[in-house]
Amino acid sequence: MATTIAPPTVDVSRRALGGRDIVLDAKIPSGPIEQKWEKHQFEMKLVNPANKRKFTILIVGSGLAGASAAATLAELGYHVTCFCYQDSPRRAHSIAAQGGINAAKNYRNDGDSVYRLFYDTVKGGDFRSREANVYRLAQISVNIIDQCVAQGVPFAREYGGLLDNRSFGGAQVSRTFYARGQTGQQLLLGAYSALSRQIGLGNVDMYPRHEMLDLVVVDGAARGLIARDLVTGEITPYVADAVVLASGGYGNVYYLSTNAKGCNVTADWRAYKRGALFANPCYTQIHPTCIPVTGDHQSKLTLMSESLRNDGRVWVPAKAGDTRAPHQIPERERDYFLERKYPSFGNLVPRDVASRNAKEVCDEGRGVGPGGRGVYLDFADAIKRLGKRVIEERYGNLFDMYHKITGENSYESPMRIYPAIHYTMGGLWVDYNLMSTIPGLFVAGEANFSDHGANRLGASALMQGLADGYFILPYTIGDYLANAKLPKAETTHPAFAESEAEVHARVKRLLGIKGERTVDSFHRELGHIMWDYCGMARTDAGLRHALAQIPQLREEFWQNVNVMGENTELNQSLEKAGRVADFLELGELICTDALNRTESCGGHFREESQTADGEALRDDEHFSHVSAWEYTGVANTPALHKEPLEFEYVHPSQRSYV
Amino acid sequence: MATLASRGATASHDGDAGRTLNLTLQVWRQKNATSAGKMVTYEAKGISVDMSFLEMLDVVNERLIARGEEPIAFDHDCREGICGMCGMMINGIAHGPERATTACELYMRHFRDGETITIEPWRAKAFPVIKDLVVDRGAFDRIIQAGGYITAPTGGARDANAILVPKADADAAFDYAACISCGACVAMCPNASAMLFTAAKVAHLGHLPQGQPERDDRVLRMVEQMDVEGFGACTNIGECAAVCPKEIPMDVISYMNRDLLRATRRKDREAKTSNE
Ligand SMILES: Cc1cc2nc3c(=O)[nH]c(=O)nc-3n(C[C@H](O)[C@H](O)[C@H](O)COP(=O)(O)OP(=O)(O)OC[C@H]3O[C@@H](n4cnc5c(N)ncnc54)[C@H](O)[C@@H]3O)c2cc1C
Ligand code: SF4
Ligand code: FES
Repeated sequence: MATTIAPPTVDVSRRALGGRDIVLDAKIPSGPIEQKWEKHQFEMKLVNPANKRKFTILIVGSGLAGASAAATLAELGYHVTCFCYQDSPRRAHSIAAQGGINAAKNYRNDGDSVYRLFYDTVKGGDFRSREANVYRLAQISVNIIDQCVAQGVPFAREYGGLLDNRSFGGAQVSRTFYARGQTGQQLLLGAYSALSRQIGLGNVDMYPRHEMLDLVVVDGAARGLIARDLVTGEITPYVADAVVLASGGYGNVYYLSTNAKGCNVTADWRAYKRGALFANPCYTQIHPTCIPVTGDHQSKLTLMSESLRNDGRVWVPAKAGDTRAPHQIPERERDYFLERKYPSFGNLVPRDVASRNAKEVCDEGRGVGPGGRGVYLDFADAIKRLGKRVIEERYGNLFDMYHKITGENSYESPMRIYPAIHYTMGGLWVDYNLMSTIPGLFVAGEANFSDHGANRLGASALMQGLADGYFILPYTIGDYLANAKLPKAETTHPAFAESEAEVHARVKRLLGIKGERTVDSFHRELGHIMWDYCGMARTDAGLRHALAQIPQLREEFWQNVNVMGENTELNQSLEKAGRVADFLELGELICTDALNRTESCGGHFREESQTADGEALRDDEHFSHVSAWEYTGVANTPALHKEPLEFEYVHPSQRSYV
Repeated sequence: MATLASRGATASHDGDAGRTLNLTLQVWRQKNATSAGKMVTYEAKGISVDMSFLEMLDVVNERLIARGEEPIAFDHDCREGICGMCGMMINGIAHGPERATTACELYMRHFRDGETITIEPWRAKAFPVIKDLVVDRGAFDRIIQAGGYITAPTGGARDANAILVPKADADAAFDYAACISCGACVAMCPNASAMLFTAAKVAHLGHLPQGQPERDDRVLRMVEQMDVEGFGACTNIGECAAVCPKEIPMDVISYMNRDLLRATRRKDREAKTSNE
């Protein structure tokens, strides 16, 4: 069929698929940091209002990032098509966020400011994020709260009717807005309502129960995607002028995580294989307070809010192998290890420090509960001091949740907690405009490599997702479209046919293996490898071991997986199989990145690189850069590209909590 | 929200850990929307009391696949009671026997060894079965699309604290906004009515100052869509609120009826004046 697409006039030379001449230009606007975004907003080209509806934008994902982008772009007049794998856009994983969302409103008058939020985020990210992006995020944070309140998000209020705030994740100011323990739910329902309004008005075509299985790149630019209807199995190409991936994080590569079961890397991974670079894949965040695993049947882990550490005391038996019930262990035979090692911060040390220490005591054989992978979080002293009523008021819903899951009463015996994978800071590399290395492919929310550097602060993911979707993409996509002068695209272009054929072939292959093992068994095994060798603490030898094992497991998967059923109807095994196949490739990339980064920083802890106190020791001289990986074929080592990081405002320092 | 203390702890973990159950499951199997379905019996042996109900189904599915049979399809995602994706009739009760609990938060320690458990999809004309336990709840989205929102395009918002909301109103709005759109209310209602779901949204937005300008229009459009979708009428039976995992109270239904009456009267009045 004749091609209907001429090369776009945008500069695509920096991409050059398979080439080594990629220049990672972050496109950071010049000028003082506080003026960059405003200046850039002015300098960006606008699309003539009458022309907007001629542009189609595909958005993969309806979480905070995707739903807010879809609604806002549709409000502006673009033609938007949005996809999600759940049966309704309102069920995206953002719905599960509990704690809250940060914003530099300074409503408390406690010394908060845009600059302070910026500073805290850069420092919290262990100096591995881009200053200009973080500053913009802090600036936009204030608009997010206004927008959400206008939509009817029922944030917590004080008696006078003003918004309430709390301090979160060790922040010294109270800048976190919240809606009981369901902030993510309420924010997502706000974005969903705006999206629903646009669907109702006919400005957004919403495709729930659809999964994107490939990105279509035409003459170097992202021009569409291939999606599978999860109910009918139909595989359909969609054409567009720009594509947005807002498909969430990849924590489920570890099998057990606090993510929803369906969370996956497929959208990011397909784009990676089409030429987008994957940045900092080894930056994963582990949350210290999750309910421990009870057995092989465990399908996911449940997060218990971080706030519990404000009053709970973490301990394990002093002696290894002590199997007595907690109340039978006398005070002097307990080890309150966080209080012992970190006298000034005690139980409130940052997430990564708390997590690593829990692992350490369990490795010593002092863990509690089934399998010895757990530590106590004890409220006995707090109840003695404050009374049961106060504890019930503060944490009643969490104690309830814990009871539902474990059947245990935490007012009487201590909770058991253990760290779990919670969030992924890595993701597709994007420039200041949130555009990947493929022109026309934008990435938002947890799916991009984001503004959190090597470690995300609590209550900052919701902020970032909504900043990207409501306030950044609507501008930067407009600028791209106004400049790109894209020729008309049709699904008859060979690039569409090629992608579609590949998707068909893959589905057919998965269904045709008919081996002996279930998809879940492979996923679980991969999860074990990742958790054991690329989890809370990583070593050269361990990572090399994982890098030897993962390809073998992948090989076995493609020989021996058993995917039942057909393509032409709802087939949940097939859905899972496709996602696990991608995780089996991603796992290798994560370990490669972790092996390459011989320093420790934020959530990435290399045992070889620690201070005398056992803190993560950065190596700024060699690693003050973003590692962005280029796909070179499944069996090949990916190519590393570096974006150097410069710190003009916040000067890198060593963290210390002792 | 009932607290643990007031509800009283049930089985304690210490005496329970490692205990397993042998169960018989009767599960609705239906290949697709057009084919007829039937109940099929499965043995589920050695089920740990520490499994969630969905983990029990995972284990059963792993065994089915090993035997070369197709696994049971069921919807789920967050597995922590917030996304609203899961939902099935367990022994005839939407989400099963525990109060204020979604199927994914239900644990096997609440079942007895040797018990037979029936598992069926939501049944309602407006929620057609897609496969096994999976149904199409798109009708709920269309009710929201018809008017379940506040018109507030991005960019036009004023400072958040410029809108004062009395704490009691904010708290009430939150209680109603907690609906997870699971559809249990519809599934449990003998009339398959969607009143609780629709009214929860009407009450959420109606309790906020931002929700006032569109209040009349909203209720008219949402109720109209509810009828278009084929949900039944409400006869005040109350099964919906009894099974609602988020404890949305029946009061929201009378709240919505009042709003509907006022909006309808106003619309009639306006129609009359414009006719004159
Ligand atoms: C338990 C928990 C608690 C948390 N609490 C907080 C908190 O208190 N504060 C905070 O700031 N952050 C919190 N986080 C982190 C935060 O919730 C997430 O980072 C954020 O919500 C991600 O939003 P998103 O829009 O990027 O992606 P998601 O909400 O994950 O949405 C992804 C979307 O992409 C779709 N999708 C994915 N792949 C495909 C595909 N191939 N095809 C089609 N569609 C696809 C999905 O259907 C979904 O709609 C928490 C996370 C967890 C797990
Ligand atoms: S009202 Fe309750 S039962 Fe009905 S959809 Fe909402 S949460 Fe589910
Ligand atoms: S799976 Fe999300 S509510 Fe049950």
